[in-house]
Amino acid sequence: MAPTLISFAAPIGSVASLGAALRKAVMLNRSIMLLLAMAFGVFALPSFAALNILACEPEWGALAQELGGDKVSIYNATNAFQDPHHVQAKPSLLTKARNADLVVCTGAQLEIGWLPILQQQAGNPKIQAGQPGCFEAAQFVHMQEVPSSVDRSLGDVHPGGNPHIQTDPRNIGLVAAALAQRLAEVDQANAAYYQGNYKAFAERWKAAILNWEKQAAPLKGMNIVVHHKAFVYLENWLGLREVATIEPKPGVEPTGAHLSEVLAQLQRQPAKAVIRAAYSDGRGSEWLAERAKIPAVMLPFTVGGSERAKDLFGLFDDTVQKLLSALK
Amino acid sequence: MKAHSIPVLMALIAIPVAAASATFAADDVDLRTLRDEVARLRDTYEKRIDALEQRLVRAEAKAASTESVAANAAAPPQPTAMAGTNAFNPGISLILSGLYSNLSKDPAGYRITGFHLPSSPLADITPQRGFSLAESELGISANVDQLFYGAINFSIHPDDTVSTEEAFVQTTTLPQGLTLKAGRYFSGIGYLNEQHAHTWDFVDAPLAYQAFLGGQFNNDGVQLRWLAPSDSFLEIGAELGRGANYPGTNRNKNGSGASAIFARLGGDIGASNSWLAGLSLLSTSPQDRQWDDINAGGATVTNSFTGSSKLWIADGVWKWAPNGNANQTNFKLQGEYLRRSEDGNVIYNGASTGSYAARQSGWYVQGIYQFAPYWRVGLRSERLDSGTVDYGSNNANLLRPDYAPARNALMLDFNPSEFSRIRLQFAQDKSFQGLTDNQIFLQYQMSLGAHGAHKY
Repeated sequence: MAPTLISFAAPIGSVASLGAALRKAVMLNRSIMLLLAMAFGVFALPSFAALNILACEPEWGALAQELGGDKVSIYNATNAFQDPHHVQAKPSLLTKARNADLVVCTGAQLEIGWLPILQQQAGNPKIQAGQPGCFEAAQFVHMQEVPSSVDRSLGDVHPGGNPHIQTDPRNIGLVAAALAQRLAEVDQANAAYYQGNYKAFAERWKAAILNWEKQAAPLKGMNIVVHHKAFVYLENWLGLREVATIEPKPGVEPTGAHLSEVLAQLQRQPAKAVIRAAYSDGRGSEWLAERAKIPAVMLPFTVGGSERAKDLFGLFDDTVQKLLSALK
Repeated sequence: MKAHSIPVLMALIAIPVAAASATFAADDVDLRTLRDEVARLRDTYEKRIDALEQRLVRAEAKAASTESVAANAAAPPQPTAMAGTNAFNPGISLILSGLYSNLSKDPAGYRITGFHLPSSPLADITPQRGFSLAESELGISANVDQLFYGAINFSIHPDDTVSTEEAFVQTTTLPQGLTLKAGRYFSGIGYLNEQHAHTWDFVDAPLAYQAFLGGQFNNDGVQLRWLAPSDSFLEIGAELGRGANYPGTNRNKNGSGASAIFARLGGDIGASNSWLAGLSLLSTSPQDRQWDDINAGGATVTNSFTGSSKLWIADGVWKWAPNGNANQTNFKLQGEYLRRSEDGNVIYNGASTGSYAARQSGWYVQGIYQFAPYWRVGLRSERLDSGTVDYGSNNANLLRPDYAPARNALMLDFNPSEFSRIRLQFAQDKSFQGLTDNQIFLQYQMSLGAHGAHKY
């Protein structure tokens, strides 16, 4: 709450200058002078020491923090309880986009409903698509479920493939390498620092992956039901087998009829757990889990999605543990 | 593989051994030597096989453990197939909309009492009875090059006429929070003005927008916006333009016929709340802006206004969603206050010229609540104040009704996806003095093609 209170001081101060600006604008009414005056920047700009990063999702914010350390200042556009498909280009995000040196997003059209508006309205050339300041993680991993053709009758499908790449830690490792390079490109003065952080992170990450894989060995071949098709990368990593989805089509809310169908299917093909992300509505999962007598498991899905998922390491510690406890 | 390999190997060894034993059966010594030899061979092979198997197990284990490391090392970049000449085609989006209206009063002769709308915007805002195609929209947009973005929006009206709602180019790379737009665009004044009809929460625009802007104000001109580098949201914008549309008129004159300035503040309160508040001023200088009226004697007359028109708008929006997750439930409260002052001359029925000074205002406030996924309910309440109108020497000729037009609307909509909406709206419209029109609307709005990104 404290940061909110502090940020409130700013608009109060700017109301006075706003009033002055309005009066001035009225006086110059119908004059090109107004446009020119504003174009050449009447207002002084504060300078920022740290590299400003706007992370579209918390996992990329956490990764940028690992690599950027104290050289970066990070703002997460979404939290773990928000569906990154459905976010609005709200004023606070426009402000962060305007001041960002780098936006770190998933890409693959996950943020199509709001990121383009931020890019169009923020007046920040650095973060335009194709610029070094616009980093899309999906470009650096092997995308799965890339459709050969798309049609909206299939639900919320993404032409670039399934965008939920962060559920496989090996993807995080790939993105880390690319992001470290990008940080070095955007902030060349600290290039060595980012590379150093990356090397240390990559070591720790590699060891952590081996550890998670060892722990997760019993999960191989485990049948699961998922709420949304958000776990293909996790399934691929751990050898989980997705037997059904609670959403009849991606992004379409579960219906009673569909849930009954899934329940009937589970009689023939039993599953060990019903998996959902922290931001998904739990009612469908709980309904099915209760009737199929299997646990409903809420995975953190991203950093901040559970008590233990405080950082990227905690995210996968908790994911693996939650899946293992469902097996028991 | 392991289970099968040993018997097979043994069999292979056994065949020549069996053949050999048949040939030399007579010689016991030879036979014994041979047996020893075979035993030795078998022993060696078994040891070798064991060793191989162990190596295999070790190799498999090693492969499994390094699998993820290998996957990490080999970064597979995405081979993206670009479709030849189509690769640069712009994004195309289409809005389809249809409407059924049931009005308890005949809309012929519809007016907003006390407000002088020219015939063109008046016809656009007058509701129609029965089935009709609502506004269809075709939008095409893309980046022009490394500097500009361009977009066009055609509006296809139910009577088969097409108008260009927006057609503009906009900079993408001006520094320091600046964006310059040129062409035809919905003016940045107010909250609702910039939003396309298909994103409205009700079938129609608020009464105040209809009375003061003819529904929505678009302008041909240039717009400059500046987003402040502050921590909280502050945006300032200014526009210069032709001002051909109501409240302005087309003019045969160099320079600008309409200017607008606007400023907005906004931010978040915790994760669940966000807000936006703005103040704007639209100045136009209409020339010979005509409207039909009923005079003091009850006859239909045509008057015209020339002078200056200033419209102030104060707007505010507050949005709530638990933890910022709007999928299940969310709430939006929105309100705007519009105040217009017009000064100049009015020519009464093409004959006598008198001075004109009018101060009028109006407001609406609406709340939209999504109570379950897909389902929203909304309530809008609005009122206009015909204020003070002084026709100078024409005061005896023209009526100055002391009436406050009002309307209340209740809507329920069903949104099976981001791309479709079916809406039912009930309204009680008292915008025409002496009449209460009870309205029922049933509407669909669908969007297809490029995924729209909507403004806050």
